[in-house]
Amino acid sequence: MNIVTADHIKKSYFQGKMRVEAIRGISLSVEQNEFMALAGPSGSGKTTMLNIIGGIDTPDSGRIVVDNNDYSNMKQSELAELRMHKIGFVFQAYNLIPVLSAEENVEYIMLLQGVPAKERRAKAQKILDDVGLEGKYSRRPSELSGGQQQRVAVARAIVSDPAIVLADEPTANLDSQTGESLLDMMKQMNREKGVTFIFSTHDKMVMEYAKRIVKVKDGQIDDDIVKQI
Amino acid sequence: MYLDLAWRNIWRNSRRTFVILTAVIIGVWSMVFLAAFSRGMLNNMLKNGKSVLIGDIQIHDRGYRSDPSIDMSIQDPEDVTELLDRLLAPEDVYAGRIKVSAYVSNARHSSGVTLVGIDPEKEKQISFLGEKHFKGKYLDSKDKRGVYAGDALLDKFDTGMGRKLIIMTRNSKGDVVSKAFRIRGSFKADMEATEKNYLFITMDAAKKFLNMPVAISEISIVLSDEENVETIAEKIKEKVDTALLSVETWKELLPMLEAYFSMFNSFMYIWYVVVFIAMGFGIVNTNLMAVFERVREFGLLRALGMKPWLVVCSVITESVMVLLIGITCGNISGVVSVLFLKNEGIDLTIFGKGSEFFGMSRIIYPQLTLYDVVNINFVILFLGIIVSLYPALKASRITPVEAMRE
Repeated sequence: MNIVTADHIKKSYFQGKMRVEAIRGISLSVEQNEFMALAGPSGSGKTTMLNIIGGIDTPDSGRIVVDNNDYSNMKQSELAELRMHKIGFVFQAYNLIPVLSAEENVEYIMLLQGVPAKERRAKAQKILDDVGLEGKYSRRPSELSGGQQQRVAVARAIVSDPAIVLADEPTANLDSQTGESLLDMMKQMNREKGVTFIFSTHDKMVMEYAKRIVKVKDGQIDDDIVKQI
Repeated sequence: MYLDLAWRNIWRNSRRTFVILTAVIIGVWSMVFLAAFSRGMLNNMLKNGKSVLIGDIQIHDRGYRSDPSIDMSIQDPEDVTELLDRLLAPEDVYAGRIKVSAYVSNARHSSGVTLVGIDPEKEKQISFLGEKHFKGKYLDSKDKRGVYAGDALLDKFDTGMGRKLIIMTRNSKGDVVSKAFRIRGSFKADMEATEKNYLFITMDAAKKFLNMPVAISEISIVLSDEENVETIAEKIKEKVDTALLSVETWKELLPMLEAYFSMFNSFMYIWYVVVFIAMGFGIVNTNLMAVFERVREFGLLRALGMKPWLVVCSVITESVMVLLIGITCGNISGVVSVLFLKNEGIDLTIFGKGSEFFGMSRIIYPQLTLYDVVNINFVILFLGIIVSLYPALKASRITPVEAMRE
C-alpha cells in the first residue's frame, strides 16, 4: 500500500532575481514500512521534495497524496493538522526547543495534539528509553551531545505514531560512529514499529542502511534502486 | 506547559528582559505617582476652593453675583434658615455671613480687604477657619470689637495681637463708616492671598457696624455627603423664591475648577498614553528581537503542526508575563512612594506664588485611588497586548521553509 504518491511534481523558486527550478517533474511512490533515501548532491532538490511531501512547501504543479490525503484539496490549517498527526520531522540541525528538557521536547507535539499530561509523560519517557536516552529525561538540549539531541528529535518525530517520518540529512552534523548508532536505532524503529522513514541524504552510510535509494539529480529522478535482502 | 514554556522563554535573554522590565516598572511607577500627585493636587484645589468661604451650596440675593455689594443682601434670611432646618440632614451644616468690601488701615499701612461677619462657632465647621488657627484666640460670638485676621496681613501691617486695625466701609444706608477693631487672633491659610484678603468679625459686630439688623449677604451650606449637592440644591430652588434668591452649587461658583475637574480624567488618559508610547516602542522592539532570534524555532513549531493563532498566543503570553511582572513591581513602587509621602506631602514652597495662582496649597498630599490604579493597569495591559500583536503576527507568518533556510 502506498503511503506517499507524488505525481509530476514541479517546483521552482527565486534566488535573488534568478529562477531556480528545484524539482522538474518528479513522480514517486513510497510504500508503507519503507526505509528509503532520497539521495543526491547539494542543490539536487531532495530537501525541497521532502518539504513538499511533508506539506511544509507547496509544489507549483503536480499532485501529492500522503496517507490518502490529497494535498491539492487541503487548506493550510488542514495541512498543519495532517503534519501534527501523520508526519514526523527530523532536521539536520536537530531543531529542539532549547528551554525545554528532552522529555518536554518530546511531549510538546503531544501537547499540541491535546494528549493528557499523564499520558504524554509516560509516552515520552517510554520513547526516550526506546531511543537509548533512559535517565536523561530532564536534560536540556545544551546538556546533550549532538547524537543524543538527534535521538531526542527522532523520539519527537515518532512519539505520536506518524504514518511517515521525514528526515532531512539527519546524520550530517554527527560523527560517523554516532550517525551509525542513530541509523541503527531508526532501522530498529522501522522494523519493530513499522514506521516509514524517508531520508534526504548524500551520506553513503545512510544509503547503505536504506532499503531503497531514489537518486535525485537536477530536480529529476536519476535512478531508483531497491535493494534485495 | 504553555505557560511554563512562555516563562522560560522570557528568561532566555535575562538581560534584555530586565531592560524591558525596568522600562515598564518606571513607566507604571511614573503613572501611579503622577496620578496620585495630580489627584492630590486636584482635591487640594477643590478643598481650598470650597473652604475659602464657598462650601457646597450658597444662597444669595439674585443680584449679588453681578454686584456683590451691601445692597444685594438677603432681606429675610430667617425664611431661608427655617427651610434649611427642615430640608438638611442633622449632619449638614450651614452658616450665614455678611460680606462687604472694606478698607483697613493702621498707622503704617492700608489695604483693601473683604470684611466678613460670621457666626464664629458655625463658621468653624464650614470653612478653613476651623483648622487654620495660628496665634492669639479665635473670635467669641459675643465679641463686638474683636477682629480675626490672616497672619500675612498682620505681617504686612507690622502689627500683632491686641493692637488695633481701623476698618472703613459703606453701611446699608450708603454712609461711609469706620471703626477700630482689636486684633484677637490670626489664622494661617494655605494661600497667602487668603491671609491678606479676609478680615473676620462677629455677626453681631457686623450688623451693628453696617447697620444691617436682619439682612445678610449669603448663606453657605456644607453637606455631609458631597454626592447630594445637586439634589439638595434643586430641592432648595423648588422651595425658595428664585426671583429674589439664587441657589448655586460650588460647580457654578467655581466654574474653572469644575472644568478642570471634568477634564482631569481625560488629561490623565493622555498622560498614560504618552508614557505608554515610549514604553510601547521598547516592548515592540524587545518582542521583535525575541521573535527574530527564534525564527527556526517558530518554523519548527509550524512544521510540527502548530496553528498560526497558537503562535500568536504564545508570543502574546510571553509579553503579558513581562507586562504583569512590570505592572506588579511598578504598582508596588508607586504605592510605596505615595505612602512615603502621604503624611509629609510634597512641598511646593519653591513654586509658592505659582501654585497659589492655581488655588493650590504649598504642600500637596498625593492621593491614590483604586480607580486610577485600575485605569493605569488596564491601559498598560490593553495597549501592551495591542503592540505585542505586531511581533506575534510576524512570528505566526514565519513558514517552516523560510525558517529552515535561516
